Amino acid sequence: MKRWGPAIAPTLFIGALLAFWEACCRLLAIPIFFLPPPSEIAVALVQNAPELFASAWLTLTVALTAFVIVSLLANAAALAAAASPLVEASLRPIAVTLQVTPIFAIAPMVAVWAGVDHPDRAVIALACVAAFFPIYSGSVAGLSSADPALERLFDLYGASLWQRLIRLRAPSAVPQALEGHKVGLGLALIGAVVGELAAGSGSTTGLAWRILEASHHLEMAKSFAALAALGLLAAALQLAFLLLERRALEWWRGA
Amino acid sequence: MNAEAVAAFEAVEVDYPGRGRALGPIEFSLVAGEIVALVGPSGCGKSTALRLLAGLELPTRGAVRRAAGRGETAVVFQAPTLAPWLTAEANVALPLELAGTPRRPAREAAREELRRVGLKGAERARPTQLSGGMAMRASLARALVTTPRVLLLDEPFAALDEITRRQLADDLLALWPGQRPAIVFVTHNVEEAVYMAGRVVVMTPGPGRIAGEVAVDGASTRPPGFRTTQAFRDAVERLSEILRRSMETPA
Repeated sequence: MKRWGPAIAPTLFIGALLAFWEACCRLLAIPIFFLPPPSEIAVALVQNAPELFASAWLTLTVALTAFVIVSLLANAAALAAAASPLVEASLRPIAVTLQVTPIFAIAPMVAVWAGVDHPDRAVIALACVAAFFPIYSGSVAGLSSADPALERLFDLYGASLWQRLIRLRAPSAVPQALEGHKVGLGLALIGAVVGELAAGSGSTTGLAWRILEASHHLEMAKSFAALAALGLLAAALQLAFLLLERRALEWWRGA
Repeated sequence: MNAEAVAAFEAVEVDYPGRGRALGPIEFSLVAGEIVALVGPSGCGKSTALRLLAGLELPTRGAVRRAAGRGETAVVFQAPTLAPWLTAEANVALPLELAGTPRRPAREAAREELRRVGLKGAERARPTQLSGGMAMRASLARALVTTPRVLLLDEPFAALDEITRRQLADDLLALWPGQRPAIVFVTHNVEEAVYMAGRVVVMTPGPGRIAGEVAVDGASTRPPGFRTTQAFRDAVERLSEILRRSMETPA
């Protein structure tokens, strides 16, 4: 009982919300094209499962591709920033600009640059833009959080800048860098969906396309089903990352 | 600086912006192979003096002469300051690896040093898995692994319980004859200073100056019951007296 307590409370709460929603739709006789009840959404989810799964898989692939690319870029930038205050100061305005750039605003340009034949590349680039800042700032913060006493020890033994970066600052950065990557992963997923909404996806059909297509046809239940699939995908992704993070931190702390 | 000295302060003064004079003027000379304790109240510049000796800081005026080159000075800080992501062995090997020793011989030397400080079997342990006393021993092993000419200890046992700190003091004294580094040991515990050192230097409240000095007789490895001998109690008494006087006259 105690063990399952943390899982029971949110399940009951969400169950109660869904029941309330269902009851409202039925009692007030809300038209299904206006707001479908959860039961209809569940039916749509099951009926469209194969194509929703395929779309979710595509969106996941795009998000993860962007996540890997942006992680490499952001960490390389963070290392350069940690090596030199001048680089850090030069990168800061760019990082902040990327943080506040609305993906919708730059999507048409990115779509043009990527070329009409490669809307997938545009979507990946947009997801990268969305995820860059938290990963970069998490790693920068982590790289400057080394124990000052250990920094003095490295001074004492005349460590080179490279030794200091690789043997002290990079390992010290792990906990905060993981935190940045956790936020960045969520944003990469949002970026993949919003990027697809804004830049289009050509022949490929991610979850955003499913949402859009369904609402154009006033198939609200289907639209909601695609949203539910996105929610499930996000939850699964966060859960996977949390497990990974826990393992990584256990390794880091050695306990 | 005379021929035997491994480090010396010549009219050294240290000012900190916003805080004023922290240390000096102070003259001090460290002879090869001696154990010196620096005693004084909090904020008397003991740690500053240690950083000067380590070359981690430069004096505002005067000169610090250091015969020990790079890698020949080791410091043990108040906390063990071990890297949590490294094993005990890797932590101890770190100074050697930073100096360019290949991994294998560095690890070999680290294991040997861990054995000498009584941590055999804990080579693969991470710092979180070590007790406070064991972590301090690992920190000591890391300082000794480079066979330093000068070993600086900044209140290294301050965070430990009385039994552990006495044991560590004895262990350090037992280890000392092998390499015989010159040791400078900062503490605010008068009895610990007398027990550890051949020479105890008392510093005044900030700005730190030398208020006096007491030589402690006896073998460097203290015999059991040394704390109850007349020599020990005389030295403690004389030191306490110098400390009392230095506190009364504002600098």
